[in-house]
Amino acid sequence: MKKSIRIGSGAGFSGDRIEPALILTEKGNLDYLVLECLAERTIALAQKQKQINPSLGYDPLLERRIEGLLPLLVKHRTRLVTNMGAANPLAAGNKIIEIAKKQGLKVKVAVVHGDDVLSLLDPEENCLETGLPLQSHGKIVSANAYLGIDTLLPALQSEADIILTGRVADPSLFLAPMVHEFSWNSNNPVLMGKGTVIGHLLECAGQITGGYFADPVSKPVDGLENLGFPFADILDNGTATISKVPGTGGKVSVQTAKEQLLYEVIDPSKYITPDVVADFREVKIDQIENDTIQISGGSGKPKPEKLKVSVGYEAGFVGEGEISYAGAHALERAKLAGVIIEKRIGHLYPEFRIDYIGLNSLHGTDFGNSPIPYEIRLRVSGKSKDQKTAALIGEEVEALYTNGPAGGGGARKSVRELLGVVSVLMDRNKVKTTFEILES
Amino acid sequence: MIKLSKIAHSRAGDKGNILMLSLIPFEEKDYEWLLREVTAEKVKAHLSHLIKGEVIRYEIPGIHALQFTCYQALGPGVTTSLALDAHGKSLSYALLEMEIE
Repeated sequence: MKKSIRIGSGAGFSGDRIEPALILTEKGNLDYLVLECLAERTIALAQKQKQINPSLGYDPLLERRIEGLLPLLVKHRTRLVTNMGAANPLAAGNKIIEIAKKQGLKVKVAVVHGDDVLSLLDPEENCLETGLPLQSHGKIVSANAYLGIDTLLPALQSEADIILTGRVADPSLFLAPMVHEFSWNSNNPVLMGKGTVIGHLLECAGQITGGYFADPVSKPVDGLENLGFPFADILDNGTATISKVPGTGGKVSVQTAKEQLLYEVIDPSKYITPDVVADFREVKIDQIENDTIQISGGSGKPKPEKLKVSVGYEAGFVGEGEISYAGAHALERAKLAGVIIEKRIGHLYPEFRIDYIGLNSLHGTDFGNSPIPYEIRLRVSGKSKDQKTAALIGEEVEALYTNGPAGGGGARKSVRELLGVVSVLMDRNKVKTTFEILES
Repeated sequence: MIKLSKIAHSRAGDKGNILMLSLIPFEEKDYEWLLREVTAEKVKAHLSHLIKGEVIRYEIPGIHALQFTCYQALGPGVTTSLALDAHGKSLSYALLEMEIE
């Protein structure tokens, strides 16, 4: 049994950069590489894709990521754990096998099934967020349970080089290799808590190495253009050091780790995953070398009895239009443009919004401390069940060129389908998971 | 009076329409100061135009940091909001605009 393993984090979201994962795999001497590529809404989007083309519905960057990574993973005997299967893990697995064959590489892929619980869903059930029945929100397109390590462990016990899943709780992707390699008792909540802390710190990749952190005035970070992604050396007692490949940009510090520890945590004493209710309150972070920190002190209580299920639904369409004004009376002209649009079409939308970018579009106020800016950008947005009505917003904003105030420039318009996400809880024993092995 | 941005940093997170804002002093000795001055009520008042629900403050003594969990703070929720910054990612810097004694 191993005393220590090294896990790298090569993606923090579906659209993440690919190059840092290549550098990490080539130079990081990893036992495992984890690619976390599913945001809340990603599976619902992928499910829509799958409806249009049954061989799609997995991560749109899967092909590019795997083409670059596969030779490196094989060369360095690094196992890959990833949720890039999204709404269609089997099709994703087949695509990986196809790439491996093209590259002349022998790989085994374990495809994990069971997170798709759409057929088990009761559409009359009330959702957690609004308390209203699920189906009252819109046509339901997807329902995926957040799976935990108990689903991943059998796949890790197989000889698979790649473990490919749909929805799995992000920290579980990291905790599973720890439990597998150290033979941890998954009913030991303290160890599960420690491992979950490490997984949570790693799951957003560059967010612990200086990304989403840097501020040139108060928190300077060098070399962001070459931001390195993190890896952890985890010991079998649940402590770890986190670092990055020497020569890459960014930084790993107590400060970067503190920000990431609390990221998206509702209650730091009760961070709920399928594996544990983790407690972050006594986590210790120490700088032991430049760009290397030590993590200890995580804890936890036994895992919850129910799994969270994310339910995606069709929420209509959003139309947007933007146009800019600069110089004398820029804000007055932008406001006149806003009034014109509102009078022309505002009544068509149940939700309609006008923002002045550069003034108060992000925080809703300037907290009384900004002068009127030299240039201002009007943004109009609205929601409609009907795509054409949504598109009208951009069309009307564009028409301000010749039908609105003086000097409007740089108009842009867009319309996109909106997929909403709500959630319910589901009994664990209702969710049956399996895996199958594909070989090149 | 001093702006929080001079003494602390923050990161915003989101789940549905819940916004989380961490508050981490640059110097750990300032944790007690923030504990005393930056209450949940003050954060709610500072961001009252955005936060419709309650604000709960959590203390994380191991790392000398605070977490403000703000309910009904992201309109109808991240996935269906019309806001330019639907996730509220920029709101860490709205918290840091607060002034304390």
